[in-house]
Amino acid sequence: MSNTDFVLAVEDLTVSFDGFKAVDKLTMYIDKNELRVLVGPNGAGKTTVLDLICGKTKSTAGSIKFKNTELTKLSEHEIVRSGVGRKFQNPSIYENLSVYQNLEVSYPKGRGVFGSLTFKRTKAVEEQVRKVAADIMLTDFLDMESALLSHGQKQWLEIGMLLMQEPELLMLDEPVAGMSAKERDQTAELLNRICQNRSVIVIEHDMEFVKKIAHKVTVLHQGKILAEGSMDKVQNDEKVIEVYLGH
Amino acid sequence: MNLWEKLTTSRVLGGKEGVLGLALLAAIIFIVLPLGVDIFRLNLIGKYLTYAFVAVGLVMLWGHGGVLSLGQGIFFGLGGYAMAMFLKLEASDPISTKIQSTPGIPDFMDWNQLTALPWFWEPFKSLPLTIIAVLTIPALFAYVIGYAMFKRRVGGVYFSIITQAVALILSILIVGQQGYTGGVNGITDLKTMLGWDIRTDSAKYILYYVNGLLLIGAIVLSQYIMSSKFGMLLLAMRDKEERVRFSGYDVSNFKIFVFCFAAILSAVGGAMFTLQVGFMSPSFVGIVPSIEMIIFCAVGGRASLIGAVYGTLLVNYGKTVFSETYPELWLFLMGGLFIAVVMFFPNGLAGIWNKYAEKFGWFKPKEDASGTSDVKKPEAKKFEVSASEVDSEATALTSAVTNTTQVAATTKTSSKQANVVNTPAARGA
Repeated sequence: MSNTDFVLAVEDLTVSFDGFKAVDKLTMYIDKNELRVLVGPNGAGKTTVLDLICGKTKSTAGSIKFKNTELTKLSEHEIVRSGVGRKFQNPSIYENLSVYQNLEVSYPKGRGVFGSLTFKRTKAVEEQVRKVAADIMLTDFLDMESALLSHGQKQWLEIGMLLMQEPELLMLDEPVAGMSAKERDQTAELLNRICQNRSVIVIEHDMEFVKKIAHKVTVLHQGKILAEGSMDKVQNDEKVIEVYLGH
Repeated sequence: MNLWEKLTTSRVLGGKEGVLGLALLAAIIFIVLPLGVDIFRLNLIGKYLTYAFVAVGLVMLWGHGGVLSLGQGIFFGLGGYAMAMFLKLEASDPISTKIQSTPGIPDFMDWNQLTALPWFWEPFKSLPLTIIAVLTIPALFAYVIGYAMFKRRVGGVYFSIITQAVALILSILIVGQQGYTGGVNGITDLKTMLGWDIRTDSAKYILYYVNGLLLIGAIVLSQYIMSSKFGMLLLAMRDKEERVRFSGYDVSNFKIFVFCFAAILSAVGGAMFTLQVGFMSPSFVGIVPSIEMIIFCAVGGRASLIGAVYGTLLVNYGKTVFSETYPELWLFLMGGLFIAVVMFFPNGLAGIWNKYAEKFGWFKPKEDASGTSDVKKPEAKKFEVSASEVDSEATALTSAVTNTTQVAATTKTSSKQANVVNTPAARGA
């Protein structure tokens, strides 16, 4: 595969679990500063695609290139360090630490054993924490034990933990699941804000929400791409209506 | 800023509460106990305090890291044996062993028809090399075990079982290789260290104080690690390992480090044990002592470094008192104690202390407006062990305790008394 200008180039990606192809020869390109939404019925392989990109699942065949670096050969932490951040479906935060500590732990310095032993809370760390906290609307909660946050705030905190690392590619698995209508609006604004200088891939079911954020939409079905393009184009695609939207 | 303020605001010492706790412990170890009991009992307490090194290591590994090793006796034994080998060689000079067919080698080697010192005993002729061995051999061994397991993401109960198996293998190996290790009797008849008789009362006092200082040092060092980002990551890993991994950390390296650290602490304890007790044997290496040490840690509070020391002292005090009167009942009592702690006081003595300290308003954290208070508030809660965590571990532990009770019962009771295992206490375990 030749080098490209895309941030992420996924080509012929396949993964099979005991013969079942969860993702089947998937090809997809993500531009710089693009916000892409993956939609599709349950079991379409959306989460598996993210798992493959971030290294949680190893692919059977195909290639994933991030800024022309092959990711399929790297281990999880190496993929993160190259600039890929991943949010899990259920809010995955450190409940026994404060909001501040959650963000501080995610700061991309002192990542080795000995680095972490000598890591100091410098001005730069402090500023980065405050800046991200303002972004995710949690400035007033920095001292709070994060277990006490609301479900929506936990989702934001996890996004904030990723922002601490300033990734060039951010992948969010159902970021508004379980949120109130107001929180959904705030999250849409947040996502529009943070994709200014990075690419974002979002998995989402809520079509109203998708409309607010998506630059382009990719519809997956049985591990394959069913349709791809602008929201309007996808919504009017007959195959998409049949297998996904029609239900 | 005067010294008191400097001490109490230092994160390394755990704030005011940490400094007071440490000062109280130091006062008990260095003043109250030496004044309160005779040298025989003090030497016994010194022996218990060597187990506290293991318990402190377990607080780091298990309490904070969430990794339960049922084989810490391995490292206690390696440290203890390294020191014993040095002392044994010094005690086996050609003059005092002239009646042997090969003078100048340890007596048990002579009994086993060895005619030369095995190569791996050679470095233990030197004290500096022995001290290096005490610190590095357990660390290397822990590194190999840790690397093999954590890199493959073996964790939880599987890790516990494998460490337990390694402890068993090592103790069997030591017993089996009598000519090289002294076998089931261990290495005995240790007399002097660089010509200094370690059996005198004055030597026992000095060793007791050295041991106490090292223990306080171990706690401060652990406290330092826990107050760093490393400590925060350890807690984060216990909670959400995947999140830490996908935040760019190689989780296995952190676990390997804390496992090696706990191993080194245990080995220092083992070496001090040999010096104070005057012998080392495989009965401090295998499964039973390894699990006993888990119990010391759990009773003290598995997340509290200082609590672990009190837990060790208390359980061993109980052991001494009860085993003098009812030697066979003690094991069941200890099993029961452990189950009670896990079920009713998952945070051990430290948890009970914190609860009442909070209730009566002792050590109320000072409100701090400077913005450095970020870490203070959550700290009170973060050491608590969640109920579900206890549940998931309780199964492994209970079976481990049953195991201890049975192993211990079968090894320590005569065949006539072996049916003691069927008492209600054992079935309850």
